[in-house]
Amino acid sequence: MFEGVVQDLIDELGRLPGIGPKSAQRIAFHLVQSDPVDVQRLITAMQEVTRKVRFCEVCGNVSEEERCRICRDPRRDPSILCVVEEPKDVVAIEKTREFRGRYHVLGGAISPIEGIGPDDLRIKELVGRLSSDEVTEVIIATDPNLEGEATATYLARWLKPMGVRITRLASGLPVGGDLEYADELTLGRAFEGRRLLDV
Amino acid sequence: MRLYRDEAVVLRTQKLGESDRIITLLTRDRGRIRAVARGVRRPGSRLGARVEPFMLVDIQLYERRTLDLITQVETISPYARGIVADYGRYTAGTAMLETAERLTQAEEEPSLQLFLLLVGALRSLAAGEYPSGLVLDAFLLRSLSVSGWAPSFTDCARCGEPGPHRAFSLASGGSVCPGCRPPGSAAPGPQTLVLLGALLSGDWPTALTCDQRARREGSGLTAAYLQWHVERQLRSLRLVDREDRTSPQETGQGMPV
Repeated sequence: MFEGVVQDLIDELGRLPGIGPKSAQRIAFHLVQSDPVDVQRLITAMQEVTRKVRFCEVCGNVSEEERCRICRDPRRDPSILCVVEEPKDVVAIEKTREFRGRYHVLGGAISPIEGIGPDDLRIKELVGRLSSDEVTEVIIATDPNLEGEATATYLARWLKPMGVRITRLASGLPVGGDLEYADELTLGRAFEGRRLLDV
Repeated sequence: MRLYRDEAVVLRTQKLGESDRIITLLTRDRGRIRAVARGVRRPGSRLGARVEPFMLVDIQLYERRTLDLITQVETISPYARGIVADYGRYTAGTAMLETAERLTQAEEEPSLQLFLLLVGALRSLAAGEYPSGLVLDAFLLRSLSVSGWAPSFTDCARCGEPGPHRAFSLASGGSVCPGCRPPGSAAPGPQTLVLLGALLSGDWPTALTCDQRARREGSGLTAAYLQWHVERQLRSLRLVDREDRTSPQETGQGMPV
């Protein structure tokens, strides 16, 4: 235990995700020994983020305005909607530069064991967006784990009667991996989603 | 510090650090254990989907002073595939996993009967043999029985007077005769008690003839009986989707996701 403010800082840092007591201590002492200008820059960034950042009223992505950059962009195709769990998934898909449609962030995945049901996610908002005829395809891009798959199954059941095309991101063998180490579920998926080699 | 091997059902996963997970397992020989799966969240992980909930696996672990480390996993039965393809099965299955976790209070305390019961229930759920809500209720009643809280649905739970009786008391352990009936006992429909008795004994032909009203009332009583004994709310139980979409013709692996 350290005295007063140093211990307070260690305690606060230790509450951050992925930071254990040792890491919290290391970061705290790094800050104590840093140039005050650098520390002030960090403080300003943290204050700005809490003051300015909010969630886009349309898609639920993080934004500095009422609508996020993607929802404001008229060049994005409004007929294709990609449904993801978290704002960080939007960033991952944007990095591919493959997708030119718009997004819908659910805010998590259905996980009954954690007490998270469909009502805790932004599913009603998604249904609301689909009630206009603009959207013709919904790409479900939830994580390829159990919760993500269950969420995709639930969404497909809800959205099917609305007459839009519902697709799911492909899953299968990772590029650069070995076939012999692939698990049965992944290999099964890879077989299901095999494609024609057009040479 | 040594390696050991066991059969296990994956009950729960929790994120750990950047790319690891803590996996809660119900094993055949050692009961419930928690172990670390390193790097499992990376796309190229060798463990991959084998340590997702509902999977029945042959697993090798490295014993450590803190949480053991998962070193190798082979799939025995990928129940997750059939279960996750249907939302009702998924929610029922999750409630089974949470119940199994709750009924094994101490870690590393062998619970072979519960393990076998869970494997059987997951197998049935994945195959879509019976409506998922009924499979769940059968599992809950039988898992309570093997844990020492067997309910009675015919004879009086207190004095043993042969039934059937009208009243049902959670605290007394099931059906109670008019003489033993404590105040505030429930009075379920006769068919509900027939259904619960059939689910407890595995009499599926009888269970399947019971109507929706009996099924609804039966699941309510089962949930109340379970929560009375585990003394805590099960989070997944309130999210179970009991809308039955499984007809006997629709068996198999369900729709592709």
